[in-house]
Amino acid sequence: MTEERKSLVLEKLSSRFGAAILATHSDLGDDTALVARDKIVEICTFLRDDTDLLFALAIDITGVDYIDESPRFEVVYHLYSIEKKIRVRIKARVPADDPAIDSVSGVWSGMNWYEREAFDMYGIRFNNHPDLRRILLPETFVGHPLRKDYPKKMRQPTLGRGE
Amino acid sequence: MAELIAIKRTHEKLDMQAEPMIINIGPSHPATHATLRFVTELDGETILKLDPEFGYLHRGFEKECEASTWTQVIPYTDRLNYVSPLANNIGYAMAVEKLCGIQVTERCQYIRVILCELNRIMDHLVCISTNVLDMGALTNFWYFWAPREEIYKLLEELTGARLTTSYTRVGGLAYDLPDGWTERVRTFVRGSILKALSDVGALLTKNRIFIERTQGVGPITAEKAIALGFTGPCLLAAGVPLDLRKDQTYMVYDRFDFEIPIGTTGDTLDRYMVRMEEMRQSVRIIEQALDQLPGGPVNIDDPRFMMPRKEDVYGNIEGLMNHFKFIMEGVQVPAGEVYDATETANGELGFYIVSKGSGGPYKIKVRPPCLNMFQGMPHLCEGQMIADLVAVLGSVNIIAGELDR
Repeated sequence: MTEERKSLVLEKLSSRFGAAILATHSDLGDDTALVARDKIVEICTFLRDDTDLLFALAIDITGVDYIDESPRFEVVYHLYSIEKKIRVRIKARVPADDPAIDSVSGVWSGMNWYEREAFDMYGIRFNNHPDLRRILLPETFVGHPLRKDYPKKMRQPTLGRGE
Repeated sequence: MAELIAIKRTHEKLDMQAEPMIINIGPSHPATHATLRFVTELDGETILKLDPEFGYLHRGFEKECEASTWTQVIPYTDRLNYVSPLANNIGYAMAVEKLCGIQVTERCQYIRVILCELNRIMDHLVCISTNVLDMGALTNFWYFWAPREEIYKLLEELTGARLTTSYTRVGGLAYDLPDGWTERVRTFVRGSILKALSDVGALLTKNRIFIERTQGVGPITAEKAIALGFTGPCLLAAGVPLDLRKDQTYMVYDRFDFEIPIGTTGDTLDRYMVRMEEMRQSVRIIEQALDQLPGGPVNIDDPRFMMPRKEDVYGNIEGLMNHFKFIMEGVQVPAGEVYDATETANGELGFYIVSKGSGGPYKIKVRPPCLNMFQGMPHLCEGQMIADLVAVLGSVNIIAGELDR
């Protein structure tokens, strides 16, 4: 029963968006879809509003730095449907020379800060974000610490006064 | 904007200060209980605009994890929500176990349930007592601190530490329960915690001063709470019955009889009521778990994940080599990615883990429940009085350890 339901998400996505769904898997029971980055807002709106899915609660957004792969960065979205009690993970790859993707903070207002955090930590830019600035680190911080090429032992002054 | 102009005109007529006043609260302020900062724009005592800021306790948890072995991450998880450290230990261990395909033993699952619920009680005790303390009710603080101290004593006996418990392991627990521990937990859940709940309930729940101070303060609708990503007591108070223990049941929660309290308006009073009731339900769960607690081992029997026995380490070369490799290289976790969430006292605590099949994580992302609530603070507080900011902030229970990571 749950197995059928779970694949329903991926099936619906594939039939609706076709070529924009680049890959899917359900390893360890986590339904996952890798999607084209230019379709992300459309896909998220569909997931939120489709009456069979209703992913009204966005859980998390984060980045992953696959430094040896191309495209280098992955933006990972975790969604939960309160109504249907199912989860889905949406991923989109963005390249190192243009790490940008459209913001979904218009779809779920709670994702605003998660996108800011991904920007802060990985330098991924979210287009049309209302307020894209650093969130955990000070404005004077240089670089993006969770990138794999940022040395772990690097130290920066924490109480800069800016200009 | 029109509002601001109207205010300005009124003030000019009354010959008062025409501009809204900017007040900075924090990052070090007794009412924030953590290093948080608000920049508030005030008209008299009314909050026009609230800009929350955090990150003062950021210590690079995720970067640090990427350079550690799977077991070395466990002590870091203590410091996430430091008010209920065991819930983080367990959440992390469950995520790694899901990635490895490990099914932990029954006894281990029961012990974890008991610990999760003790931690939920502890967390709510702190939240409510400090919240009402900020509103000037000191007695409740002491009434709740006493049972909290008893839980700390129980945990100290079990794990050797009050705060830095580091009690779980991938595939089990650091040690089994000490003798007579279950009886002491039973005495506690039958005695002092119930007494404290009824004492504080009698002091607050029908107290007119408390109700006037909290009712309608910082309300939120169900739709808005969902859009902002609220989970836990703050979402329950808004009337959405989302509890992962029921909805996506894990460990052995499906074997217990308990209920999910919900509120209606999502205001500070509802959040208080939900927390009080959750503690009573936790007591019920603990009682049932103690009754059903099975015997047997707490750890799985698998040399890939468990340390070799000490006799083997000192007695034969294989054991010694195993031990050496275990410590130096860590547990070998298969490649893959996993997201696992547990219902902690504050809401959904999630771990997103990427493994490349080595002895340490490639990436760990913690989804801290209180980040969404902190983000929702402007929505909860704008248009309200500045004194209510303190009441609301205490009731959403921001823990900087998990917020800033």
